[in-house]
Amino acid sequence: MDISGHQQKLTTARDAGMVACTSCGLVASPDVESCPRCHARMQSRKDGSIQRVLAWLLAGLILYVPANIYPMLRTTQMFKEQDSTIVGGVITLIHHHAYAIGAIIFIASVLIPVGKFIVIAYLAVLLSRPHTKDPHRLHFIHAAVEFIGRWSMIDVFVVAILVALVQFDVLASIKPGLAAACFALSVVFTMLSAQAFDPRLIWDIADEGTPK
Amino acid sequence: MIYDPTCIACPHCDVVYRLSATQMVTRTRCLRCGYQLTLGKSEAIARVVGLALTSTILMGIVLFAPFLHLNAGPFVSSASVADVVLGFATGIMMPLAFAVLIFIIVVPVSRSLLLIYALAPLLTGHANASGAQSALRWAFVLKPWAMAEIFMVGVAVALVKIGGMATVHTGTAFWAFVLLVVVNTFQDTFMCRNTLWTSLATNRS
Repeated sequence: MDISGHQQKLTTARDAGMVACTSCGLVASPDVESCPRCHARMQSRKDGSIQRVLAWLLAGLILYVPANIYPMLRTTQMFKEQDSTIVGGVITLIHHHAYAIGAIIFIASVLIPVGKFIVIAYLAVLLSRPHTKDPHRLHFIHAAVEFIGRWSMIDVFVVAILVALVQFDVLASIKPGLAAACFALSVVFTMLSAQAFDPRLIWDIADEGTPK
Repeated sequence: MIYDPTCIACPHCDVVYRLSATQMVTRTRCLRCGYQLTLGKSEAIARVVGLALTSTILMGIVLFAPFLHLNAGPFVSSASVADVVLGFATGIMMPLAFAVLIFIIVVPVSRSLLLIYALAPLLTGHANASGAQSALRWAFVLKPWAMAEIFMVGVAVALVKIGGMATVHTGTAFWAFVLLVVVNTFQDTFMCRNTLWTSLATNRS
């Protein structure tokens, strides 16, 4: 248990018959309901973690569909109205040779959300059955998804700023579209999905070869 | 309830460690999954409270000063952060206005106030405020929902998009917001869970 690495055998709190607090790290006896130090709810492993992950993921996935079909922005310029969707906006930017900004929006609004759906679904399905994957790698992709997911919000904030700033009567004005709300909700739901995941499950299976 | 504060478990993989006195104040990582168990920051409490106070004051400036000005021919437009939020506040887009308000203003301010409430008594030598544990716990829970830095990237993207259409000038609130993002990022490097929780638990309640 010495962190300097002299002792190679690592013991988990569960193997020691204890329960660990994920909020402050304290180790306590398994009969306590809430952490004596930080008052968080104590659970050896989160109840129904995988089911909760899949429920939030499904909600996020459903909302991602209207987020891509409906317009994100409605621009009125010189009496002409123009709707642009997420992907449509990226294409317009590329036509205007704004490649860097186009890339940022494409990564934040398409690559990250789609990548997140795939990774979370993969982890949830993989961890509900025996597998032989490297836990370090699984842990890394989960940490990456949890870290990067919130950055999808960029496009929603861009819409908010454009709507507030570009209000020049007939010359040009911008209104938000329904997709902005759907997309924001989709990001929130997938963030909740990633948070519902209990990373300790990854290592349990690494220990035993089969889930408990 | 008796427990041992030197005995902690990795929240990501459940491995138990007993930290020595030196390990409590240095940077340590979980041997199995690499999670940072301690950040090894001395004076963490003073820094966190000081930076939380700074960011609360900056947020006050952000709210009441002009954020951006726009000129397009004869038309002039100016937006404060409040305008950005209220841009959505019509009809069915109302919930989205609330979401933007919560992510860029309410959550960052709440985190600062919760940290000050929970940790300031430790600096002034007072007993813990009632509910200090819940306050500190919520400050950690809210961390991923504070999106000030993401909002700033959004501002940068929006400025480039408008660039061709009008000239944009930055206001006081814009620079206060930039500073706020820097202060919050700096503060997070001092948010060592082990140090904060140990200090809170050893203070009289």
